[in-house]
Amino acid sequence: MWEQYANLFVKSIFIENMVFAYFLGMCSYLAISKTLKNGVGMGLAVIFVLTITVPLNYLIYEYLLVDGALKWAGPEFAELDLSFLSLIMFIAVIASMVQLVEMIVEKFSPSLYGSLGIFLPLIAVNCAILGGSLFMQIKDFSGISEAAVYGFGSGVGWFLAIVAIAAIREKMAYSNVPAPLRGLGITFIITGLMALGFMSFMGIKL
Amino acid sequence: MKKFNKNPLLLFISSIKGPILSKKDRKLLKDPLDDNNPITVQVLGICSALAITVQLKPAVVMTISVIFVMACSNVIISVLRNLIPNRIRIIVFLVVISSLVALVDQFLKAYAYDVSKELSIFIGLIVTNCIVMGRLEAFALGNGVWKSFLDGVGNAFGYGIILIAVAFFRELLGSGNLWGIQVIPDFVYDFGYENNGLMLLSPMALITVGIIIWIQRSRNRTLIEDN
Repeated sequence: MWEQYANLFVKSIFIENMVFAYFLGMCSYLAISKTLKNGVGMGLAVIFVLTITVPLNYLIYEYLLVDGALKWAGPEFAELDLSFLSLIMFIAVIASMVQLVEMIVEKFSPSLYGSLGIFLPLIAVNCAILGGSLFMQIKDFSGISEAAVYGFGSGVGWFLAIVAIAAIREKMAYSNVPAPLRGLGITFIITGLMALGFMSFMGIKL
Repeated sequence: MKKFNKNPLLLFISSIKGPILSKKDRKLLKDPLDDNNPITVQVLGICSALAITVQLKPAVVMTISVIFVMACSNVIISVLRNLIPNRIRIIVFLVVISSLVALVDQFLKAYAYDVSKELSIFIGLIVTNCIVMGRLEAFALGNGVWKSFLDGVGNAFGYGIILIAVAFFRELLGSGNLWGIQVIPDFVYDFGYENNGLMLLSPMALITVGIIIWIQRSRNRTLIEDN
């Protein structure tokens, strides 16, 4: 039981890393990784939102959208299959959750809001968040706790990636990069090399 | 007279009088292809650009889908731009984009099932593809319908050009095929040539884009960043 959760957790961090294996959330990953401080803030915000939205969307998908999910509402709804609405539902949940989280954080923890606040609106359009929910739909989890572990694990994987690249980019200020490659170009190539390194995790059998 | 001007359809028609493509319009179409490319300069829409470029065919399907979504969403938002309250504009954008994407998704499932399986979640991820959202926010919200349409098409083409270039090299070097058809003749293989399996792996997409950026910026020095 616990072993299964631990497996899923490790798998979602390393083997199916959002950035290095699926390239999700690349835009904010490239744009906000110029300094380590911002990278950490953005990473924490992603962990936070993924851990909330993946299980929430799991509930919505299981009990409202999937084929035969509306059985609880009466036999006449048992035939309904609303899964074509999942995309719109997921994005609506994510956008409203992000808005809600922003308001709650602003109210109860102004210091956290100060460091996290500006990143939260950016998260609604971070594909790692929607990607987490869409993968959840494909993977067919057996319960909400599995979905929650998957969401948290993917968030941690994304956090690791952005912190690593931000640290490298800070150090890179002292190195002599060819002029046309400076900034975006070299970041792409370094991310490629890091992804190559992360591929070695693929051999792990869990 | 004022009422007349607010009718979106009439506004649309009145905005295209004169030559259909003026010099400015052509600039809107041409700029995103090179000087203001969404992927290599604006850094928008990277995620999908990298994940689906193993073969040429899914890349082309993706390009066509993005052209459709961007052109339509830019037009719709531009028509509604005076009606959308500023505070909830992001949600309005998301609703418009996700309805269009759901349309594309269902269409592909019905008419090109194998390609839609291959693209899996990446069609869905056009919703959060920052290129669509970015152009809506930066352009369609403040410009007329015809201009927004051109901007959408131009940016989608600029995105597609990089996508297709990356997919071309990855499929050619990685599996010796183009569009699923073998193009490297057998005698080359007999000579000892091998396909480079590394090109099929995802990290090489990043490095290919990095090299494209390198080439583009050494041709066009104005794009070089300070650090």
